[in-house]
Amino acid sequence: MEHKIRVLVAKPGLDGHDRGAKVLARAFMEAGMEVIYTGIRRTPEQIAEVARQEDVDVVALSCLSGAHNTLFPKVVDLLREKGMGDVLVVGGGVIPDEDVPFLKAHGIEEVFGPGTPLATSVEYIRTHVNREA
Amino acid sequence: MDVRAGVLAGDIRSVARGISWVENDDPRAAELIRGIYPSTGRAYIVGLTGSPGVGKSTLVSRMAALMATGKRKVGVLAVDPTSPFSGGAILGDRVRMFDVALSPNVYIRSMGTRGSLGGISRATRMASRVLDAAGFDWVLVETVGAGQSEVDVHDVAYTTVVVMAPGMGDEIQAMKAGIMEIGDVFVVNKADRDGADRTAAQVASIVQLSDEREWHPPVLKVSAELNQGIESIIEAIGQHKSFLEHSGKLAEAKASMARRDVLEILRARLSEDLQHELDQPVLQEKLDEVANRHSDPYTVVDTVFEQYWRKP
Repeated sequence: MEHKIRVLVAKPGLDGHDRGAKVLARAFMEAGMEVIYTGIRRTPEQIAEVARQEDVDVVALSCLSGAHNTLFPKVVDLLREKGMGDVLVVGGGVIPDEDVPFLKAHGIEEVFGPGTPLATSVEYIRTHVNREA
Repeated sequence: MDVRAGVLAGDIRSVARGISWVENDDPRAAELIRGIYPSTGRAYIVGLTGSPGVGKSTLVSRMAALMATGKRKVGVLAVDPTSPFSGGAILGDRVRMFDVALSPNVYIRSMGTRGSLGGISRATRMASRVLDAAGFDWVLVETVGAGQSEVDVHDVAYTTVVVMAPGMGDEIQAMKAGIMEIGDVFVVNKADRDGADRTAAQVASIVQLSDEREWHPPVLKVSAELNQGIESIIEAIGQHKSFLEHSGKLAEAKASMARRDVLEILRARLSEDLQHELDQPVLQEKLDEVANRHSDPYTVVDTVFEQYWRKP
């Protein structure tokens, strides 16, 4: 059987707006991926631990509170600490363009802002996921 | 990463990877199971099933929290349906399990059914072996929202808990066959709501119908949301466990589970072989004959069986 891509869709921080995260979760499912959804208001520690327990290939972070510069790199650091540096981490939400280089320098491999077509995110994950050797 | 050694040492990353191999039918899964199987047979496996929305996930997280006291380790396998169209799945059981998500003694794994129709996935059986080998004392298997006939959990668990909610009166009547027959413990969840007593009484009346059994399944009223009565479920599971132990039925169950482990793998391998057999060029003509109605499926199956399957 083929390796099924497992994606953790996670909402770090304090905002409760998860419409976007849920729409994405659905799009990933329709693309044949297995999506684990955490619910809102999770800590970076919780997200990294769930990623480890679920053996996901991708962590998709959504944040609309403005705290992405703190929370996203924290998730990346914790994943690396747990030996999961090969997991593809992407982010989305209301993220100003000027923050994107900072996030990319801190291990968030792509950032999808508002208005990104679902197919773009799906295709990015398909082509960038790190399959284990 | 040496997954086998990691699993045996209880390393979570190895456990998680091992379960992925089992789920993906990765060739390394067979190697892993070979290496860990001698260390299995120690965990006590409990299945939880019931209709969608009765509160299974919340209940499981409450139970896991209580069971993980002391040095006991609890592994949870939470199964959600895979889309038959895309092959994808949204595994959302965790949303209701966050109380225990960071407890060091609780491991939770979400699994898609991936084409299985019995309420669990084909990999659930071997995933529970991985948890067993990793030293988990309890394995809780939560099925998809199950109706009447999704009874496979009964074959992977020693104790099966059937969960209901108030207001299911007529449904319980309709469920007389199927999941009403596999319950060792019945739980009426959401007992703080109206109608819980009535539901519990209806369940009890159906359970009494099959009273020739040596074990009399208790009917418990609890509220997972309010965290009330959870210890009564664990107590009832404990009683069922000692009933099985003292009657020799646990040993029987373990033997028949080992037999099923073999059967399931055999079945998967045979099915693969048969598919392969059907793809052989020599058979295409015969398959065409069936398509043209010059032959029929039974005749071709007889031929295949005789000529190819019973190889010397």
